[in-house]
Amino acid sequence: MADAIQAKIDEQVKKNKIILYMKGTPSFPMCGFSAATIQVLDSYNVAYESVNVLDDPAIREGIKRYSNWPTVPQLYINGEFVGGCDIVREMHAKGELEPLILAAQG
Amino acid sequence: MPAPITAEEIESMILTALPDARIQVHDTTGGGDHYEAIIVSPAFVGKTRVNRHRMIYGALQDAMKERIHALALITMTPEELQQEQASQIVNIQSAKNR
Repeated sequence: MADAIQAKIDEQVKKNKIILYMKGTPSFPMCGFSAATIQVLDSYNVAYESVNVLDDPAIREGIKRYSNWPTVPQLYINGEFVGGCDIVREMHAKGELEPLILAAQG
Repeated sequence: MPAPITAEEIESMILTALPDARIQVHDTTGGGDHYEAIIVSPAFVGKTRVNRHRMIYGALQDAMKERIHALALITMTPEELQQEQASQIVNIQSAKNR
């Protein structure tokens, strides 16, 4: 059962160039950290997939195990774990996020 | 419900794992549930941000699961802190000259 969840997450992460696991949805984030991450992503005007972990307790716990990271939101680009809200914001401020997003678009 | 955590507890847990770190923990809402920690340590040299944060999460272990509702992390090496401080001084200077 737990392995099936890990396989499902792995498939989502690999299938989508940019995917954000978050609380709530991009138009209705349910936590400040998720909202801040959405704000950064939206500033690039790119399409991305999102998963609302509040919809599925198995995903909510499973994503923490998948990345060995205890918090949500979690951003993945090109199948790689990028980080949580603080890291995404810091990379954005330092101009390090744009090349990753451009690479995912290309 | 486990007892809410204090800034001092967070600081001491991080210090146990990273004894040479300089740490500031702020309770950003005053409610004991939203914290921000700035951690400066030579142990971060050569480590990615993800791995630096994992080191902190590792130090906080079960508290992260049960007692900490929200914790923002800023991790820097002593050298990065100096650069950060230098660039802020430059910003202040150029704002003055404007």
